[in-house]
Amino acid sequence: MNQAELDKLVEAPNSWHMVRALAGIGLMCALLIVTTYELTFETIKQNKAEVLERAIFKVVPGAQSKTTFIVKDGQVEKLQGESNSGLKYYAGYDDSGKLIGVALEAAGQGFQDIVRVLYGFSPDKQAIVGMEVLESKETPGLGDKIEKDETFLKNFEALDVSLNESGDNLKNEIIFVKNGTKANPWELDGITGATISSKAIAAILQASASQNMPFLNQNIENFKQQ
Amino acid sequence: MNEANNKLDTNTFIKGLWKENPVFVQVLGMCPVLAVTNSATNGMAMGLATAFVLIMSSTLVSLLRNFIPKQVRIATFILIIATFVTVAEYLIQAISIDIHKALGAFISLIVVNCLILGRAEAFASKNSVGKSILDATGMGVGFTFALLCLGGVREILGTGTFFGIQILGASFEPWILMILPGGGFFTLGAWLLLFNYMKERKAAKMQEATA
Repeated sequence: MNQAELDKLVEAPNSWHMVRALAGIGLMCALLIVTTYELTFETIKQNKAEVLERAIFKVVPGAQSKTTFIVKDGQVEKLQGESNSGLKYYAGYDDSGKLIGVALEAAGQGFQDIVRVLYGFSPDKQAIVGMEVLESKETPGLGDKIEKDETFLKNFEALDVSLNESGDNLKNEIIFVKNGTKANPWELDGITGATISSKAIAAILQASASQNMPFLNQNIENFKQQ
Repeated sequence: MNEANNKLDTNTFIKGLWKENPVFVQVLGMCPVLAVTNSATNGMAMGLATAFVLIMSSTLVSLLRNFIPKQVRIATFILIIATFVTVAEYLIQAISIDIHKALGAFISLIVVNCLILGRAEAFASKNSVGKSILDATGMGVGFTFALLCLGGVREILGTGTFFGIQILGASFEPWILMILPGGGFFTLGAWLLLFNYMKERKAAKMQEATA
């Protein structure tokens, strides 16, 4: 270090220079972030819509087309244009236009953060026929098995959500059981090494199904027109 | 290193790959190194994202090096790094939601990777733009290489696959431990051992040659 550099270090700080540097760079960074956000916004929206679309056709097996419904003042309505508020119901139809399932989103606390899933309900089978994790921050290699573990995903071939006699709640709660001990169609076979994450999925589905299944069953006629 | 020496040479680039490899020699940025390297794909994606942030922030820090007073340099460096991490997060989402899903929370953690702040402070703030870009690229490639080394070994032993392709037969019983955090420490330890052994052997050979 030479004398000039030493002088520079001991020199009294000039507050104008500091303010100028911080504010200037802050402004520049803000501009940079906003520009990137604006430039990528459409692509990201499109990507997310594609992921959702793929998921809908996956959780309602056999669906060829879909229509999005929303609930407005207790009435089921077809979604016109775009809306970001409220729960959306994605009804899936087969070739002949027959309703084969309704997909809806559910979310809840996982091991690390909120887990968002999409699941498909089949009115004929009165069962959940598919589940796809849309967003999760579960531990890579462990908790994220809820997304791809084959044995776990088999749970969602037909997970019973039939209603009780009065039709206001599920006959049997969706419950979590230890890996390999599933005995009833409403039990969720957990994953060894991802216990908390698979328990979370069971809790998320239980909460959402007990809330939505009575409504869906009462209004199922409304979903039948494509 | 002072401003007078602004010659661009290959050593500025090469040193990050091997002699001063950020992971195996400087042992910097251990959080992502241990946390996301449970598969080769995750390791590489994390390495590339870090390299992007490293190169961009080194360039900007170097461009602005005469404009930033010493007293507020750390604050401005962090501001610049955080900006590029946010930019990287949007870009990754635009490129592929699936990659974004796989990296999850770790993208935001690039902000606190001490490798990036370390290069900004030790190199970019004292050197010309060209040299800083070379240095950052070298370090970035070295970091990606190291993460790939760790991720590869852990994926092969932990799940029997490499980049998702089955390479060890079906009869192979995966060592679950290798994809758990503990496996990260074991693998890193083994690589450090190898690097230090090779360094010592080289030093011994050179001594022999001079003697």
